[in-house]
Amino acid sequence: MIGYLREICSGTWSLFVGLGITIKYFFQPVVTVQYPREVLPMTPRFRGHIELVRDPETGGDKCIVCGMCQKTCPSNCIIVEGEKVEGAKKKALTRYTLDFTKCSLCGLCVEVCPADAITFSKDYNLAGLRREAYVFDLKKRLEERNG
Amino acid sequence: MSVHPEVFRLLLFLVGFIAFAALNAAYLVWLERKEAGHIQRRIGPKEVGWFGLLQPLADGIKLMTKQLIVPAGVDPVLFRIAPILVMIPAIMGFVTIPFSETLVARNIDVGLLLVFAFASVNVLGLLLGAWGSRNKYAVISAARVVSQNVAYEIPMLVTVVTLVMVSGTMNLTKIVGQQMGGFWHWNFFNLTASPLMPVAFLIFFVCMLAETNRAPFDMAEAESELIAGAFTEYPGMGFGVFFMAEYANIVIGCSMATILFLGGWGCPFGLYPGLHWFLLKMYFLIFTVIWIRWTYPRTTFYGLLNLSWKILIPISFVNLLLTSAMLKVF
Repeated sequence: MIGYLREICSGTWSLFVGLGITIKYFFQPVVTVQYPREVLPMTPRFRGHIELVRDPETGGDKCIVCGMCQKTCPSNCIIVEGEKVEGAKKKALTRYTLDFTKCSLCGLCVEVCPADAITFSKDYNLAGLRREAYVFDLKKRLEERNG
Repeated sequence: MSVHPEVFRLLLFLVGFIAFAALNAAYLVWLERKEAGHIQRRIGPKEVGWFGLLQPLADGIKLMTKQLIVPAGVDPVLFRIAPILVMIPAIMGFVTIPFSETLVARNIDVGLLLVFAFASVNVLGLLLGAWGSRNKYAVISAARVVSQNVAYEIPMLVTVVTLVMVSGTMNLTKIVGQQMGGFWHWNFFNLTASPLMPVAFLIFFVCMLAETNRAPFDMAEAESELIAGAFTEYPGMGFGVFFMAEYANIVIGCSMATILFLGGWGCPFGLYPGLHWFLLKMYFLIFTVIWIRWTYPRTTFYGLLNLSWKILIPISFVNLLLTSAMLKVF
């Protein structure tokens, strides 16, 4: 009999505890982000597609056209081309394309780059209608960013 | 030839109750969605109108424009009359409820009995609709609804009988009248009549949840098991009427809890009694009903019946005995 009553009391009390928890949540601010209208800043370790790093001194790229990224890439989605410029110490980049349809975002290219010339972008709004839209010309993107 | 003013009064109350029931159904759905949202730290409806306030209107228009399909194989008569059979008692329940000292359609001496008599007809409508649908989920739901309502009618009515013994009347206006003048006069705190009064209120409230098929006792329309239970085959406004009746029943249940335990239209501090206090208490109880829905998971069917037969019924009988003993002694 005592056990029966005790169970009823503890059970009823647990129900009130539950109600207390939900009402606490009720008065807390909402966490929903109204996505297209408000956008959260991307986390620093987000790994999007790769992007050329802007050299703060020259405003151009930091690429030395060693071709390591192209060789390391397991999906063969990077093409790097460069040419020797008279008088300059390093080769100049003429073309850097990333075929994002094949990229598996492994990040080996970023890891292997001796000049720290590539990084992950924070771009995730990547909807498109054509396959060709995903062959990124990273050199052009860098120039556009410099604007 | 002049028309008797009573006819106008009757028509006015009828239209008023139907409008009140429909408006409540529409905006309680809004409240439910909003409250559910905020309990889960979401926003809830917000796109249609300010704070989503036009959402119920849009939903209503959508339901009304839908085709009323009567599926092949259903009982054509039962299928059509079931929503009405559920709706009529829900509207009738409002007749004797005193919203304030003067705002009551029919102040009769057996008002309390009338409300509970009509409230129990609601089950019949659900049963017929579910049976008439010829759908296995609906039939399971009907079986559940009946056994659930039978199980919870008993503790509810025993508790009500206790209150009738304390009040000495079944006239709802008189019952509220006895509780006027401050919250310490409410039946909820009437500990001299029975020390178990708050428990009686809890029993009444739990039974009210079960009678109106609200979570955590929504066995009749357990979405995850029975699709929509008794409403599975109902399209458009057939479903809409069931829904309206359900919310009207919640309003009636919370009104009864307010009248019987929380002093009806009386102010807790003895100031300005009136309709506003009644509505405030009633909507607070409705808020609690929705709050409960979004706090607890659905019980199992055995848990539901065990709660009634093993806990609520014995305790309500103990309360009845205790109250009659107290009445005899003091």
